[in-house]
Amino acid sequence: MEKEIESVFSNFKGKSQELIQLLQKVQEDFGYLSDEAILNVAKFISVPKSKVYSVATFYAQFRFSPIGKKHIMLCRGTACHVKGAPRILDEIENQLKITNGETSEDGEYSLESVACIGACSLAPCIMINNEVQANLTPDKIKKLFSKK
Amino acid sequence: MNLDKVINVAKKEWDDLYSGKTPLILIGAATCGKSAGAIKIMKIISKETKERNIECNIMEVGCIGLCYAEPLICIKKANKPLIFYGNITPEKAIELVNSYLENDEPLPEYALGTIGEKTLKGIPKLYETPVLEHQVRRVLNNCGIINPTEINHYFANNGYQGLIKALKQKPEDIIDEVKESGIRGRGGAGFPTWRKWQFCRDAKANEKYLVCNADEGDPGAFMNRSLLEGDPHSLIEGMVISAYAIGANTGYIYCRAEYPLALERLALAIEQAEKLNLLGDNILGSGFDFKIKVKEGAGAFVCGEETALIASIEGERGMPRPRPPFPAVSGLWGKPTIINNVETLVSISRIFQNDAKWFTQYGSDKSKGTKTFALVGQIKRTGLIEVPLGTTLETIIYKIGGGVFEDKEFKAVQTGGPSGGCVPKELLNIPVDYDSLAEVGTIMGSGGLVVMDENTCMVDVARYFIDFAQKESCGKCVPCRLGNKQMFEILDDITKGKGKEQDIDMLEKIGKSVKATSLCGLGQTSPNPVLTTIRYFRDEYEAHINKECPAKVCKGLISFKIDPDKCTGCHICFKVCPTGAIIGNAKENHLIIQEKCIQCGVCYESCPDKFSAINVFSGRS
Repeated sequence: MEKEIESVFSNFKGKSQELIQLLQKVQEDFGYLSDEAILNVAKFISVPKSKVYSVATFYAQFRFSPIGKKHIMLCRGTACHVKGAPRILDEIENQLKITNGETSEDGEYSLESVACIGACSLAPCIMINNEVQANLTPDKIKKLFSKK
Repeated sequence: MNLDKVINVAKKEWDDLYSGKTPLILIGAATCGKSAGAIKIMKIISKETKERNIECNIMEVGCIGLCYAEPLICIKKANKPLIFYGNITPEKAIELVNSYLENDEPLPEYALGTIGEKTLKGIPKLYETPVLEHQVRRVLNNCGIINPTEINHYFANNGYQGLIKALKQKPEDIIDEVKESGIRGRGGAGFPTWRKWQFCRDAKANEKYLVCNADEGDPGAFMNRSLLEGDPHSLIEGMVISAYAIGANTGYIYCRAEYPLALERLALAIEQAEKLNLLGDNILGSGFDFKIKVKEGAGAFVCGEETALIASIEGERGMPRPRPPFPAVSGLWGKPTIINNVETLVSISRIFQNDAKWFTQYGSDKSKGTKTFALVGQIKRTGLIEVPLGTTLETIIYKIGGGVFEDKEFKAVQTGGPSGGCVPKELLNIPVDYDSLAEVGTIMGSGGLVVMDENTCMVDVARYFIDFAQKESCGKCVPCRLGNKQMFEILDDITKGKGKEQDIDMLEKIGKSVKATSLCGLGQTSPNPVLTTIRYFRDEYEAHINKECPAKVCKGLISFKIDPDKCTGCHICFKVCPTGAIIGNAKENHLIIQEKCIQCGVCYESCPDKFSAINVFSGRS
């Protein structure tokens, strides 16, 4: 890990103002922020580990545990809400047997609800690894995940 | 000079593309178009035309705004107008290649309309159809028409002319022009743009910053995303003009990480602009230096607040600080900083491509120009629209949007996201401008318009927004941190059937104090959804306290029942019920045991349409 993380740092100067981008880059490359990675980031920009945690936990984007191969982001925007997002969430949880914020035991799926993915005209929608699934119904969710 | 040559080449390229002999096919491939299947359609058309040896140019464009008709393609043949086709399926795509590209039959039954001087029999002009008749596309004029990855397309459409003009003027004159245009911030609060700029211009400092807020945190809004994806150079042009006016040499675009395509397009556009010296040192020989850096937001709604956004760019927790000093005087790293919204800055480029007077042709007395809105929710024609300020909500919803989805009863329209409020039917005739919306208790916000129908429960909506606000509250000031949480708990109780009579008054009381005493815009506006729903839909709150949910949404206040006359005993609901609350043998009437039922609605959805034997009732009885 040490070496890999150093390659992440090579594009940065080690200033504290780079903290958020550093965390974003680490998460992009490793999938999540491990305790070890956080310690390395803290050393790199010469701030206490607690400071890195205080920033990382503030933002919704950062995760502290690994995500599944298929990462599902469920949109909880207003348009999705009035078009039935709560039922979609129920159905995904029901199909995959994980609750919001969890990763399935086999590491296949993880589920996270996000504020809005900006595809409101296609509500309700979810994003699976950056691909939007639009105009969902509980039935479509069943079809989408039942192959499992 | 060099740039003139580039522009001339660009114009010629554009004319050849749009008026040349080779047919041109546009495919709306912004995030929404792609999600609707645009790429698949593009591949099909590309394959079909190759197989038949039809020469054509296929081009990905941004969002034209007719989201309800995605996937969308446009075909331009020589001496014909541009024809828009909506809801394209693979079959329709092949048919179009066959009949319009190979032969000359344009298939009017699939067409939405035409743009151009010429007309075609059987196809209306797009701007004369209800959806566009009332729109004026100025900010969005390039979206869906140009290829956003080609700077030359932007040049050919008046692009960077505003910058060239502005750099010849004094910064003070630019601020005067902006003042004359009357433009107010498009991000929400509607502060006059020129005044903010003037503060910053007057502030003495060795370094100043310009920040573009492209975080678009409002759930239910995607105007900025569409602009960034469909026309990124307009933003860059607006930023350089505004940086020049305030005297900033560094600019930041703070864009949300959930918009991968927008980030990609921005990075490319910045690179292209740098190559042509539209960004960088001594821009176009004017002696003015300006660089743009992109910062990805990390998902915090509070960062829409200027001082929180600044903290986030500095690499800190996105927490606001008291104002004054205002960022225009002391902002990023303590230096004078201007923060403008994407749409404001794009409008600036349009003002300088034309002039202030042109900008004031539309709009109302105190709200000039046009404004983009994301029209979504329970509406027939969802879309990204642009209308003159002062257009009534009724026109937007019934004419442009075509009315409520499935012709249900209209209940309310929510403007301004979590900071705004719900406007009821009786007020649909109010004009959409900053002041009229404020009068009825809501705000313009960045432009989300979410339509709600009779099946939307207003108490549930209020709970939804307050839940959002309490989760997004940064926790720094007490009223916002505790007040929103308290309101959420009360609303949660009400929607679960545990409401008490004094709850409504309590909500109003807390809401008013949170508004009056919170530190930043989040807390100062977060009670709006609750206060407006109480103001206009008090009866729904009262019904909930009496254990009824008239819209039949709140789980704790509804019951599902099987109609014995319709039930055939198909046994489907029996199998899907997660709690075993349904009893009955196959081919016999089924019954729901209310004590066991958790109101999940699975049985209701699973009951085949031909029977529709399960009904929802308000109340738990």
